[in-house]
Amino acid sequence: MNRKNDQVNDVILQTAAVIIFFIIIVFSINLFFAGHYSPGGGFIGGLMTAAALVLLLLAFDSKTLAAVLPFDYRKMTALGLVIAMLTSLHSIFWGRPFLTHAYDKFDLPLLGEQTLHTAIAFDLGVYLVVIGVTMTIIQTIGESE
Amino acid sequence: MINLPIFPIVIPALAAIFLLFAPKQVRLQRGVALGALLVTFAVTVLLIFTVSQDGIMTVNLGNWPAPFGITLVSDMLSALLVATSTLLVFFIVWFATYYFSDAYESNYVYVAMLFLLVGVNGAFTTGDIFNLFVFFEVFLISSYVLIVLGGKGVQLRESIKYLLVNVIASALFVMAVALLYGTVGTLSLADLAQKIPLVENQSVITVIGVFFVIVFGLKGALVPLHYWLPGSYVVAPTPILAMFGALLTKVGVYSILRTYTLLFDGGSAFMQNFLIILAVLTIVIGMTGAIAYNDVKLIIIYNIMIAVGVILYGIALNTQTSLEGALYYLIHDMLIKAALFMLVGMMIGITKSGQLRDMGGLITRFPLFGWTFFIAALSLAGIPPLSGFFGKLLIVQGGVGEGSLFGPLLILLSSLFVLFSVIKIFLYGFWGEEKRVYDGPLVPYMNRLIVPTFLLVAVAVAYGFGAEAMHPFITQAIEPLVQPEIYIDAVIKE
Repeated sequence: MNRKNDQVNDVILQTAAVIIFFIIIVFSINLFFAGHYSPGGGFIGGLMTAAALVLLLLAFDSKTLAAVLPFDYRKMTALGLVIAMLTSLHSIFWGRPFLTHAYDKFDLPLLGEQTLHTAIAFDLGVYLVVIGVTMTIIQTIGESE
Repeated sequence: MINLPIFPIVIPALAAIFLLFAPKQVRLQRGVALGALLVTFAVTVLLIFTVSQDGIMTVNLGNWPAPFGITLVSDMLSALLVATSTLLVFFIVWFATYYFSDAYESNYVYVAMLFLLVGVNGAFTTGDIFNLFVFFEVFLISSYVLIVLGGKGVQLRESIKYLLVNVIASALFVMAVALLYGTVGTLSLADLAQKIPLVENQSVITVIGVFFVIVFGLKGALVPLHYWLPGSYVVAPTPILAMFGALLTKVGVYSILRTYTLLFDGGSAFMQNFLIILAVLTIVIGMTGAIAYNDVKLIIIYNIMIAVGVILYGIALNTQTSLEGALYYLIHDMLIKAALFMLVGMMIGITKSGQLRDMGGLITRFPLFGWTFFIAALSLAGIPPLSGFFGKLLIVQGGVGEGSLFGPLLILLSSLFVLFSVIKIFLYGFWGEEKRVYDGPLVPYMNRLIVPTFLLVAVAVAYGFGAEAMHPFITQAIEPLVQPEIYIDAVIKE
């Protein structure tokens, strides 16, 4: 490969990355929801999503990624922390110990009877924090060049 | 409120998270940080009074019962230390608002300071040893941010050392926790205290105990694990240095106090001798450093080591009197060390040099500053009735009561060295003639910087004069350490 040429031929990587990106995202969401009773959860799901974003970053560049997904990842970290913190705090208002979660069975349209659990909101916070932190680290290291 | 012990951890965390959204709005950052710290301090005072009336408070996080879930335990010891650290961080942040430039402040410095307090308060409050590790990591990661901020070459060099030492210490910590779990099968402090005496092979427990002392000794800068401390601390800006010097080493000492009295004091006399030897070495090396240097920051940094050694000696004796002395001295030292670091930081900010030979005559231009330093210096050395005196008195009493003379004499001797080292700063720095016109960057801000410093010294002096009023609280804090049954019964309610 001619290193001097800026126009590196990475058609295969770019084409594959776009397809694989969605597969990884879907799998990461699956992992995220699997989390309560089986292996998975916000941390793993978040890492997987961040991996998908890093794949895009490798195949294209940071400007393209910023144009496609215009998120401020530091704010995303903060938002995740807010969600996690508020979910942990809600139990205080019911006079229960910090971090106590609530759950109940609900009859949802289309899905039938499902259990809804506040732990999922906490996990969503973790998910956002993990993506935010990973992407902030990658961007800080990557952009200095 | 059954959740009271969680608030000193949650309030600073919420404020820090809120500030993450607006890193560039410096005024907002200052206001929210100070406001949150004030509210937290009010809560900790409420906590102290609740604990003093109703006894030890526990929260089982997530409502999982005690030996299985994560428990937070606020006994008087943790409540007092949490209140002291919150008050300190309040004064340090106040000081920092005048000390730092706007550009520096907009780099998440208050966020990191608040998260550091979250970690420290959490470490004081947690009731199981794994979460002690977690909260150690919280404040360590914040401290990495704080020590690197500014990015001067010498700072980066020292922060690599600091980072390496702490990463290795953390790895050792996890290993020690794993060994403990493998041997006893639980990590809740109260449950451990119940089960450790039942372990057949007590020498394994001693080995794990030594492991923990090494881990906490690395944080608390016990000789021979202190080598990283002077270099790393001396490069940090003054408010950061005040925070590190006053809080981080003391968390290490607190952890030794908690684990040694609760878990590792049974069995052989080995642990006690081991701790006494470490304490004596730390005092001796600290004394040597304190009189050897002419750099004002380094003199105070070596004074940290003397204090750590003195407190550790009190802990090692493990009697009601000596532990009361150790706790009394611990709180005193947190207050006065932060104040002294702020004061010497101001000296450097005025004269643009850390060396005593470049200073002199500061008191003629800044009389209040000079006398504040003088009182802080006397208090550090333990001149009665200032706050350093009572702690040392109790530790020495405890030592003599155990029939030992060498330790108490060394502590008294160390007081002389402390006095010499700080009076040296006073004589060369404040007394005498002005060497030149001082035009350091802090000169225009002196009138404002002196306010938080003066108030902090005033708190320390009040702590000394109010020793009698403090005594019931200190006694109540030490009781669960001397009689672990109180602690165990409070956590595991059967």
